Amino acid sequence: MDKKVGVYICTGCEIGESLDVPALSKVATSEYKVPLCKNHPMLCGKEGSSLINSDIEKEGVNTVVIAACSPREKTDVFSYDPTAVCMERVNLREHVVWCHPSQEEDTQMLAEDYLRMGIIKAQKMAPLEPFSEEMEEINKTILVVGGGITGMTAALEAARAGYDVVLVEKASELGGWMKRLWKQYPKSPPYLELQPTGIDETIGEVMSQTNIKVYTGAKIEKTAGAPGLFDVTISQNGKSETVRVGAIVEATGWQPYDATKLGSLGFGKYPNCVTGIMVEEMAAKGKFTRPSDGREAKSWAFIQCAGSRDKDHLPYCSSYCCLASLKQAKYIREKDSDAKVYILYKDIRTIGQYEIFYKKVQEDPGIFLTKGEVVGISEDAENSLVIDVDNTLLGEKIQVKAEMVVLATGMVPQAGIEAKEVIPQEAEKTCEEKKEEEKELPTDIIIPSDILNLEYRQGPELPALRYGFPDSHYICFPYETRRTGIYTAGCVRQPMDSAACMDDAAGAALKAIQCVELTAQGKALHPRAGDMSYPELYMSRCTQCKRCTEECPFGMYNEDEKANPLPNLTRCRRCGICMGSCPERIISFKDYSVDIISSMVKAIDVPEEDEEKPRIVAFLCENDAYPSLDIAGRKRLSYNPYVRVIPLRCLGNVNLVWIADALGKGIDGILLIGCKYGDDYQCHFIKGSELANYRMEKIKETLDRLRLESDRIRILELSLGEYDKLPGIFDDFLKKIEEVGPNPYKGL
Amino acid sequence: MEREVSDGDVLVIGGGISGLTTAVEAAEAGCKVILVEKEPSLGGKVARNNKYYTKLCPPSCGLEINFKRIKRNPDIQCLTLAEVEAISGGEGNYEATIRVNPRYVNDNCTACGECAKVCATEIPNEFNYGMDKRKAAYLPHLMAFPMRYVIAPEIIGTDEAKKCLKACKYNAIDLDMKQESLKVKVGAVVVATGWDPYDATKIDNLGFGKCPNVITNVMMERLASPSGPTKGKIVRPSDGKEVKNIIFAQCAGSRDENHLPYCSGVCCLASLKQATYVREQYPDAKATIFYIDVRALGKFEDFYTKVAGDENVSLIKGKAAKVEEDPATGDVVVEVEDTMKGDKIRVRAEMVVLATGMVPRAPGSNINVTYDEFGFIVSDPSRRGIYGAGCVRRPTGVAQSVQDATGAALKAIQSIVRR
Repeated sequence: MDKKVGVYICTGCEIGESLDVPALSKVATSEYKVPLCKNHPMLCGKEGSSLINSDIEKEGVNTVVIAACSPREKTDVFSYDPTAVCMERVNLREHVVWCHPSQEEDTQMLAEDYLRMGIIKAQKMAPLEPFSEEMEEINKTILVVGGGITGMTAALEAARAGYDVVLVEKASELGGWMKRLWKQYPKSPPYLELQPTGIDETIGEVMSQTNIKVYTGAKIEKTAGAPGLFDVTISQNGKSETVRVGAIVEATGWQPYDATKLGSLGFGKYPNCVTGIMVEEMAAKGKFTRPSDGREAKSWAFIQCAGSRDKDHLPYCSSYCCLASLKQAKYIREKDSDAKVYILYKDIRTIGQYEIFYKKVQEDPGIFLTKGEVVGISEDAENSLVIDVDNTLLGEKIQVKAEMVVLATGMVPQAGIEAKEVIPQEAEKTCEEKKEEEKELPTDIIIPSDILNLEYRQGPELPALRYGFPDSHYICFPYETRRTGIYTAGCVRQPMDSAACMDDAAGAALKAIQCVELTAQGKALHPRAGDMSYPELYMSRCTQCKRCTEECPFGMYNEDEKANPLPNLTRCRRCGICMGSCPERIISFKDYSVDIISSMVKAIDVPEEDEEKPRIVAFLCENDAYPSLDIAGRKRLSYNPYVRVIPLRCLGNVNLVWIADALGKGIDGILLIGCKYGDDYQCHFIKGSELANYRMEKIKETLDRLRLESDRIRILELSLGEYDKLPGIFDDFLKKIEEVGPNPYKGL
Repeated sequence: MEREVSDGDVLVIGGGISGLTTAVEAAEAGCKVILVEKEPSLGGKVARNNKYYTKLCPPSCGLEINFKRIKRNPDIQCLTLAEVEAISGGEGNYEATIRVNPRYVNDNCTACGECAKVCATEIPNEFNYGMDKRKAAYLPHLMAFPMRYVIAPEIIGTDEAKKCLKACKYNAIDLDMKQESLKVKVGAVVVATGWDPYDATKIDNLGFGKCPNVITNVMMERLASPSGPTKGKIVRPSDGKEVKNIIFAQCAGSRDENHLPYCSGVCCLASLKQATYVREQYPDAKATIFYIDVRALGKFEDFYTKVAGDENVSLIKGKAAKVEEDPATGDVVVEVEDTMKGDKIRVRAEMVVLATGMVPRAPGSNINVTYDEFGFIVSDPSRRGIYGAGCVRRPTGVAQSVQDATGAALKAIQSIVRR
């Protein structure tokens, strides 16, 4: 495409008063020979925007540079078809005139640099093309793995929205744990009475839906492909079948924590010590009898948090056990009004309206709730159990004697349970150096749980964060896993009760539907939903170094036998982390590439050393640090005018060549500001910020090679709320740079 | 100026995190959405929070990504300062009447702030729960969406308003703006009207409204926020003194037959989080949390363990029974009842935070939904087409609201499929 660039400078919002606009225009017209450069006192107004639109229509402008407010503002006005027009916005308002003194040389220089950077970027961008046309037809079937309450609900919810569903359950019948419950605690007003589980009705509904195909007694042998194009091999009754699906909901639920590990609480040692799920079986039979002698037990003790909230077992809380025990206490009391039930707890956790049920149970004269810590348990001659409880509210030790003890055990996510057959690890690297390198790379926890058996280069299952729960940004994007198009729901995601599971299932089903719909249009999914750009690889320069295939947080790349990356575009979230990983710079988006950012760095006008105007390039994550600097502008916080900001999709985009380019150009310092990483990571692309830090280690080598000081590079974490810290961050870094002295490459 | 609103698939009432999530999730699945928010900006309660538990990350980050999704998506129409007055029709075919209150500022606004510069009148800052004042020409908050100023009705008809009008270079102020009534057709409705903090003045014994140094948990979020009334410095309202000794009184009006019988599910974690605010600002500060049960469900337990491990944070089981001021020092004395022992202990602190619960904000009788006795919307399979999402269904935190709202988006889509 022949590019015709139009530069439009807004002079409103103090821009015109603060800057020498004719001089600024000259940067466009003289330095960059831009054919059209116009200014307007209110570019976002009707007249201003139609000025641009008419140049696009009548003058053939197809590349628009808007130098006005932040690209985060007035997006509805400055909106063009990305398949026809390349648009770049230069932030003169928030990042220049609102935070730097008016009519000063340094302010003007800042504005001119930003305009240069914007023009070069726009010149190098290409219009977007969705990739869908080249692809096979996208399948919109939803695969649900797991036929418990979550899986069945997800299947029904997707089916009711008009989608075909394949439901795979490993057991011989649907229903999961709910099927084994006698009743459930009250889920609807007035929240007082136990309710039937309703599971058989749900199973019936699933079976009667014509657009749900159910496989029971089945397992997934292999999941190949990518969103819209998953080929899933299901084995059932010794036969294998491959079905194509578009998206996957993993609702494989949980297992009770292995009570045999709780010998200290008497399980396996004393016959009358049972688990909650065993009480459900008793309730279903209508006989609350002791395993030791078959006699009806008259006194019961529930031990809450058995193996939960315990660093030696499950450190977390399973959320449902308090309510389950309160419910089972009611089973016993409703059956036998003479029975006594003790509940020994740390905290009773009945949130929301469940509190009403708790209150009702508390009023039952036969149920005794005691806060304390169980320190010992023994058996007497009648096979009854004596429990020592410490740290009670009374401050003293007490003993509780009961004919039966029930351990309220917690939930272990199925995804956290290693399958017996251990999947072999990747073959050892031959080169020692490579092994060294890999040690530093932040590794993922992938537990071979034999659920999806993904044919992904990075491993067979979803990466976990802690305790075997698949990783997601659990506050803001709860459903997104580290594998695009695969969403977790229910207790495999986090411990929750059946009501929450049903809500969760609906949400995950929606995410799966979004996945197939957006994928069919060649568009990215969350968090860059709708983005049509995608990475293109210039394979003839690939050196098979595997960095892209290893570092993609979403497992986008597979590998062939020669270690060439095989992109699966529908798995791609368009974060650009692979672009940062590639030492050969072969990965590019049409509107975002190593070359584009390099060119922006090189467009900065670096004054001679004797002018004593240092230059800093600051790479800012566009999700947090960049908006944070906008807010600093809005608050009119003033900061150093020597800093040139370049927004990135993610800090993980930083390619080492940018650092080399900047230093080679005479830039004195480089700041990288990304999101917080670690267990409480805030990075939208999970690993980007962490990877940037890892790569900065390499920069030390680069610096050594260039005989430059490593203090010239600083990498920081910043959250959006910390806008007030930015001026200090810049000043502090500038101070350091002054100590280090000017870049010796300046002027070369 | 005539507002143009086209009919849509889904009407979402409420632009807090639940409504916002429902709107973007439905739109990204291909629906046309109309999002109606009563306040001048989207964001609701989360916009007022300093940090989310348990990552301790700023809600502005979550808002930024959601606003970005809205900006990118032409299928979402946002109406602010708007309220749904009535809904008629049935599933697949509703007509909603929406009242849009005047902002006195139109789409030309560039948020340059010139109007606020000339405006001298100040009004109570409801965004900061009345803890300070703001100009009568104001930006709702730093992350406001839409990013446009508001002229408060209080100054309409005064010279002050005319001064604002004159200061605006972009013809963005329209003092003649009138209330409008719009009608739109939609296939489904999601009610995400959220919650109000329980009115702490109703809890007679806990001193709120009487002792200046007794505040509520929502106020604490603003006090700790860099954009709050004290620019993030946690100080006492009475004298601006740094708070080195603080008490959190859990279940203030919650799990209480006389107030809210239910548990709001978030207050324990909120107070644990707020204890970290104080501890971070003042390394020698002490925080005491009086609780009935600490309810940190699921993986949030880790956060509880971490905060409880701080030797300057004490957790004591017991419900605060009485809060009184020591007039000489402005300190607050809390009497705690240990129900088991029957003892009472008295503890002094510089400030008390009442962990008040959530009251569902009912959308009004003109919307046909089923409520429980506390005013939460109950799922009713016989009434399809209008769905609740978030805290209007049950008291819940941000993560679960997002989860719930995503599910509500699917329910709405099903109603459209059945159309």
